[in-house]
Amino acid sequence: MSSSHIISVLVENKSGVLAKISGLFSRRGFNIESLAVGTTDDEKISRITLVVKAENHSIEQIVKQLHKLINVLKIQELDPSNIVERELVLIKVNSDNNTRAEILEIASIFRASVVDVAKKSLVIEITGNSKKVEGIEDLLKPYGIIELVRTGKIAISRGSKK
Amino acid sequence: MGKITGAQMLIKCLKESGVEVIFGFPGGVVIPIYDALYDSDIRHILVRHEQGAAHAADGYARSTGKTGVCLATSGPGATNLITGIANAYMDSIPVVAITGQVATHVIGTDAFQEADITGITAPITKHNYLIKDIKELPAVIKEAFYIASTGRPGPVLIDIPVDISKGYIDENLKADIDVEGYKPTYKGNPRQIIQAVKKIQESKKPVIFAGGGVTSSEAAEVLTEFAEIAHIPVITSLTGKGVFPDTSDLSLGMAGMHGTKYANLAFTQTDLIIAVGVRFDDRVTGKLSEFAKNAVVIHIDIDPAEIGKNVRVDVPIVGDAKNVLSDLKTKYLEIVKGKISPEQAAWLENIASLKSKCALRYDRDSDALKPAYIIEKIYELTKGEAIICTEVGQHQMWTAQYYKFTRPRTLISSGGLGTMGFGFPAAIGAKVGNPDKTVIDIAGDGSIQMNVQEFATAVSNKIPVKIMVINNGYLGMVRQWQEFFWNKRYSHTNIADSVDFVKLVEAYGGTGFRVKEKDEVESTIKKALEIDNLVLVDFWVEREENVYPMVPSGSAIDQMIECD
Ligand SMILES: Cc1ncc(C[n+]2csc(CCOP(=O)(O)OP(=O)(O)O)c2C)c(N)n1
Ligand SMILES: [Mg+2]
Repeated sequence: MSSSHIISVLVENKSGVLAKISGLFSRRGFNIESLAVGTTDDEKISRITLVVKAENHSIEQIVKQLHKLINVLKIQELDPSNIVERELVLIKVNSDNNTRAEILEIASIFRASVVDVAKKSLVIEITGNSKKVEGIEDLLKPYGIIELVRTGKIAISRGSKK
Repeated sequence: MGKITGAQMLIKCLKESGVEVIFGFPGGVVIPIYDALYDSDIRHILVRHEQGAAHAADGYARSTGKTGVCLATSGPGATNLITGIANAYMDSIPVVAITGQVATHVIGTDAFQEADITGITAPITKHNYLIKDIKELPAVIKEAFYIASTGRPGPVLIDIPVDISKGYIDENLKADIDVEGYKPTYKGNPRQIIQAVKKIQESKKPVIFAGGGVTSSEAAEVLTEFAEIAHIPVITSLTGKGVFPDTSDLSLGMAGMHGTKYANLAFTQTDLIIAVGVRFDDRVTGKLSEFAKNAVVIHIDIDPAEIGKNVRVDVPIVGDAKNVLSDLKTKYLEIVKGKISPEQAAWLENIASLKSKCALRYDRDSDALKPAYIIEKIYELTKGEAIICTEVGQHQMWTAQYYKFTRPRTLISSGGLGTMGFGFPAAIGAKVGNPDKTVIDIAGDGSIQMNVQEFATAVSNKIPVKIMVINNGYLGMVRQWQEFFWNKRYSHTNIADSVDFVKLVEAYGGTGFRVKEKDEVESTIKKALEIDNLVLVDFWVEREENVYPMVPSGSAIDQMIECD
């Protein structure tokens, strides 16, 4: 059965490494649903967080193949029930004098913040897990979403273990 | 402190890594490297096409166990290496490919002869480097050789921009290598090994399945000892040929699409496969769901990604084949002590009778010139002691079937990629690495034309390789498929009007013979072996001879088409 997997990969922060990793996925016919990259507390090491939809057997194979890349230092498949996951989304939505108040109301219910106000639009910033993001997106759709930008998911395991 | 150029540093580091020979071809951005080579005692073999350099480095590596090195210029030089690199990658061969690159400040501008070779080769190298700072040079060279030759070996490419090979560097700069993300497992888990011994003890019909990994880890000797102590028959893959003597009673030869019938039947009947350094390629397993249905599988491999990739595994053992097999042998002697059960004795009898009933056969009494006859004669006349290279096609399968390999590194053949044009340049590499051995390329008339320009390399560098062309005037293996599965519609496989091979080799300064009759085979091979030059023998064989047995693609391996 095919399901979403969150894979967190520690890599050497060198050029070309991201291409090697994403290439490995595409070559084996996987579509990356989301991808986020940034340095860790050690600037020589980056963390790549990938969300991939795949069968368990194929994910096992691709994780093994990832391990073979020389620049890959560590791989964790995160257990969705034991992590904190976040994604930041910016939504530009149509708004005018008639709808602005309603939209602000929705934003405040979701604890989203308004980061840009113009005559005919608003930009809303929201952080959260996928559910929350999808929730606000649904409610804003009727007003007309002009543009939506997501960072891709990042995640960290709960508790003190690394 | 003295300064030297990046190119001089490269040569210095290559020497420190033990490099004795480089196969290469020059061009604009590698002139600095060639200039440094001019003063070096590293031998350079000038090929006539970069593909030849990559295959020669591969053949050198396969035949010696050392890492092969090839060198090419940027752009087209580098892209010409691709097939050779992919070939080495598929068969896990240690090769270091060095390419020149345009200067660092013009990378990314589509400069003259710029190609993103690290991008292009990412999927076909074990690792690759684009050197951006001259100070990285010593460490990268050292790392490249370390990575190429350890763990599961494979090709590593180093791309060196011209300003770096021309730049200056402190002569004594030490290589500070950092491969934190690379830690192959060499020792097998002791509990898994005991588990494996228990499975062997319980088994009534065990087989060993050995592949190229046994050669890489120099484990042929311990494999043979173990098989003999435990009385377990051995099947090999194509790249595993030679790790166990074909002449042994316990040898079942190669399994798979053109494997022996008895190997394929043994796979179907066995209750335990001890797989070592193999990857269960589809050419071996046939239809996976039907493959070895009754067998427990022990899989020993240094690459954890191979375990469970194609075939479900009961006892996985990640480790170096030689280490694991020695531990397995020790534990086996402790626990089982080489005693065999009556059931296993019956299995051995069954194997012996399969071997005699289903022996490979061709029409020996025919007056026609049969390819299998030629291969048998080459075997006899070289006493099985030559290094045999092959191209790809029917002649390759006949070689695997009819030449008896008794030692590792004596069959040099493109397994995973199936590259026509590999055998001859590989033979050049093998001869350079083994000047005292007879090196023969058993070729097809199609394949030999794919790197025919290397005749010049062999002659001008005095590399006396022998080529035996099994000339059927066809792209024979494809023709065979067309005969069996496409209604004999021989679309674009007839190449009978190609060239006069004898004149061709003579034009390059080699010696040529043509053989059309059976009774000329022996004397001509003898002559060819005695001449200290490039020799080509053009055997005009029966044109539509087929390779038997044959498992049709996608069928279970006990479903074989056999000769009448
Ligand atoms: C580079 C390359 N192109 C195409 C093929 C497909 N192919 C496999 S065997 C074969 C025929 C080879 O003909 P020849 O060298 O004459 O050998 P024969 O089968 O006749 O012994 C072909 C075209 C290949 N393996 N490699
Ligand atoms: Mg042919």
